[in-house]
Amino acid sequence: MLIPCPYCGLRSHEEFTTLGEAGRVRPSGDDLQAFADYVYLRNNVAGRHRELWFHAAGCHAWLTVERDTLTHLIHGAWPVNETPTSEAHTGNEPANEAPAP
Amino acid sequence: MNLKPQPFRHNNCGLIDRNTTMAFQFDGRTYHGHAGDTLASALLANGVRLLGRSFKYHRPRGLLSAGSEEPNALVELRTDARREPNTRATVIELFDGLEARSQNRWPSLQFDLGAINGLLAPLFGAGFYYKTFMWPAAFWERVYEPLIRRAAGLGRAAMEEDPDSYEKAWAFCDLLVVGGGETGLRAALEAGRRGERVIVADEDFRWGGRCLAESTPVDGLPGAQWVEQILRELAQLPEVMLMPRTTVFGAYDSGVHGALERVSDHLSEPLPGQPRQRLWRIVAKSTLLATGSIERPLVFGDNDRPGVMLAGAVRTYLHRYGVLPGERAVVYADNDNGDVTAANLRAAGIDVAAVLDTRRGASVVRALGGTALRGVEISEGGRTRRIECDLLAMSGGWMPNLALATHHGSKAPADTGTRHFAVPKTQRKCFVDFQHDVTVDDLLLARQEGFTSVEHLKRYTTLGMATDQGKTSNLNALAIVAEAAGKALAEVGSTRLRPPYTPVALGAFAGHHRGRHFRPTRLTPSHAWAEARGAVFVEAGNWLRAQYFPTTGEDDWLTTVTREVQAVRSGVGICDVSTLGKIDLQGPDAVAFLERVYANRFQSLAVGRCRYALMLREDGMVMDDGTVARLGPQRFLVTTTTANAVGAYQHLQYCHQVLWPELDVQFISVTERWAQFSVAGPNARQLLQRVVAEPMTLENGAFPYLACSNFILRNGTQARLYRVSFSGELAYEIAVPADGGEALINQLFVAGEDLGVVAYGTEALGVMRIEKGHVAGNELTGHTTAFDLGLQRLVAARNEAVGSVLARRPALLEPTRPQLVGLRPVNQQQRLYAGSHFLPQGAANTAQHDTGYVTSVAYSPSLGYWIGLGLLERGPERHGEVLRAVDLLRGHDVLVEICDPVFLDPAGERLRV
Repeated sequence: MLIPCPYCGLRSHEEFTTLGEAGRVRPSGDDLQAFADYVYLRNNVAGRHRELWFHAAGCHAWLTVERDTLTHLIHGAWPVNETPTSEAHTGNEPANEAPAP
Repeated sequence: MNLKPQPFRHNNCGLIDRNTTMAFQFDGRTYHGHAGDTLASALLANGVRLLGRSFKYHRPRGLLSAGSEEPNALVELRTDARREPNTRATVIELFDGLEARSQNRWPSLQFDLGAINGLLAPLFGAGFYYKTFMWPAAFWERVYEPLIRRAAGLGRAAMEEDPDSYEKAWAFCDLLVVGGGETGLRAALEAGRRGERVIVADEDFRWGGRCLAESTPVDGLPGAQWVEQILRELAQLPEVMLMPRTTVFGAYDSGVHGALERVSDHLSEPLPGQPRQRLWRIVAKSTLLATGSIERPLVFGDNDRPGVMLAGAVRTYLHRYGVLPGERAVVYADNDNGDVTAANLRAAGIDVAAVLDTRRGASVVRALGGTALRGVEISEGGRTRRIECDLLAMSGGWMPNLALATHHGSKAPADTGTRHFAVPKTQRKCFVDFQHDVTVDDLLLARQEGFTSVEHLKRYTTLGMATDQGKTSNLNALAIVAEAAGKALAEVGSTRLRPPYTPVALGAFAGHHRGRHFRPTRLTPSHAWAEARGAVFVEAGNWLRAQYFPTTGEDDWLTTVTREVQAVRSGVGICDVSTLGKIDLQGPDAVAFLERVYANRFQSLAVGRCRYALMLREDGMVMDDGTVARLGPQRFLVTTTTANAVGAYQHLQYCHQVLWPELDVQFISVTERWAQFSVAGPNARQLLQRVVAEPMTLENGAFPYLACSNFILRNGTQARLYRVSFSGELAYEIAVPADGGEALINQLFVAGEDLGVVAYGTEALGVMRIEKGHVAGNELTGHTTAFDLGLQRLVAARNEAVGSVLARRPALLEPTRPQLVGLRPVNQQQRLYAGSHFLPQGAANTAQHDTGYVTSVAYSPSLGYWIGLGLLERGPERHGEVLRAVDLLRGHDVLVEICDPVFLDPAGERLRV
């Protein structure tokens, strides 16, 4: 699998480490339930999925990578805070079943 | 050279180099062949047609094919350390001095006692392992498995270390053409003329594929000439790269292909400086599979007799290698290949006794003969008769070679061209999978026993599970199953082929990563110095660290470590701590950032001061610890543990880039930029004062505990000094740019000679930290909180700090949680063992009485007995209690007294002197 790093170009996935689902928002405040959801609940998408990847053997950037979990097709990679919004983000899961942030 | 004749070599046809003769051995006998031969073609030219014994029944086998699909002709190649089992004679390029041996036979290939398995065939049907070796269960490991392994072995692996080297490489192209036959070469030429970057890979050592094997002209030229012409054109195109002897064995995601280049396998041994093989990863924007087709065998009784060959292979041996595969042939086909083959054989002067075409109502019932084909029994117009022959050329049509396409998950398209598949009624074995000895009866039996799904059928009968992955057998098996089920072939489905297309040596996947080079070795700046002092090293991640420094007369590590600890506690010692992760962190928001990634506060940390720091995970568990030194108003030097240096840095990047990009802070790992030594012991100040330049003074008032500063050494080197202590003694960590590390440690030892300075390693470091009750990797398990470790006072209740909210979960603050304690044996002569579990006195050794475990132990030279740290339920309330530390695995049961984890100098007076 090759990942198109916006800084380094097309690089082998072996140079990266992954941290799973991207776009999760860290709660403010001290609500235990909100923090527990943030830490422990993940969407397990079959289809297009946005994930966090770290270019450990490259530029040390954390990237949002949109990858199809069924085909491993990569649809894009962006620096985390320059990631465009996308309808594909929630994958094929109905929006109302997604856990509350 | 005394040349023996090659009785089955044709006088003029063939593409071999008759001027280059090569001697080789098979089963100890010497033969001769020519450059351009394979081992198979050379053996055939010498009339050797029996090449091996089959896997299960030890049936005599010869060549079925002339390519990598070969299921029968597996031989042991080369000798000693280069001995390689299960190589296919059909793809071994002949070289002078080649030595090969047949496999799976005893005492000889002609007479093999294992062939008795054939008589016991009723025992060896589908699933016979599962049925026969059911009972008693204990027999599996001791009796059945060794027996089966010996009987069904396919050659012997070399027992010595592989003397050859392997390389890895990447290549990139616009178009990857897999297969260098007519289609592949034409495609490469067309793309090359458009200026595309093209890679053409072919497993063969000669370009042309079937062009070399057929008598049919290509563009009006004999095949081989046409190939030469197109190769000349391709050579003019600089962007076209031709890779012969290269098998593209797998197609992976993002256009990545795995390919194995056999750089030196056609030589007796690799040339100096050359690898044996090279593992390529080829990244292609698009890929053309010009992988050709594989011919289907026909199924009839004893269709595995040596002399029964695929018709296409017969033509290959004839046209490409100039070999006569027999003297009297019968041709048997269900398609036009039969007539073509017959014509080619006649043209070469071989007597063709019969051409049988199923479309004309003729079929072969069974082959006759034992170790060699003697004839066939045929059925024609309802009558059965026998024909004498020593060669049967058969063709069940060609199936496209789609292995690489299925690696991506696409199913092979249904073969609409498949004809009605008739299996003759015969008592003889009709083989479908030659390499795994799976017969038509096995398939039907498995079906009868309920294994109707093709995936189950495959696993139960092992069809297609040999090293050839069923290249010649899968489709026939599916057709037979479909026939039995009364279904169309497309309905029964197909099994998936998986990489690698042909076997790849593990050495090629390992490449240079073997032995000590399995992973990189990181050496500390004082490594050479420590080595010269006879240090014993220990691996810490990729690092090699000095574990202890034995001196003359010390033959026991405990003696050495005890001496080192005593020397530090009474004088001064030096330990290389460069492996600690070091992060240089700067920016206007540095304090705000640190207060979010660490549990502590840093606002109050003055410039020139250090602080112990605790890093939590978001779930509230301790992730790492270290020190934070404030070098300037907006500049900090953060240390992490050796083990977590990479992970902690990555986590900080995550916090900065993902969680709080608005914080204006920059940082980088400087772990390898600095050589850092701990100088510890009552004489540490005196020693260091001798190497620092004026006017720096280390007196307590000027440079107190937890101070840090930049300064200059007497020799002018820039350095940093941190007054931190892991040992509990008066201690400093002195850092210089890494390339000055060796000079510094030499300087320190010269300066400290009269003070009795010693070097100490990670063992003594560990002993002293246990004496002081400092937690380390054994306690920072990822399951422990600051509360568990008695560090709760460091955790400020701030929601924005990672982990601080979830660390406040009520269950994580329960006093019943296992918490840090110290322990010492009641009988001070007894030794303690890490990993022992705390059990009450008199309780049974069961999990329900388990109340915690011992994390770290050490012999304390300062106290004169063994001490330990542990995690014990309600630990802090139980100081003074006597428990058992039980290690059932190693048989230890020691009475221990629970105590405070700080064994030495609890007030911390020594480190502040």
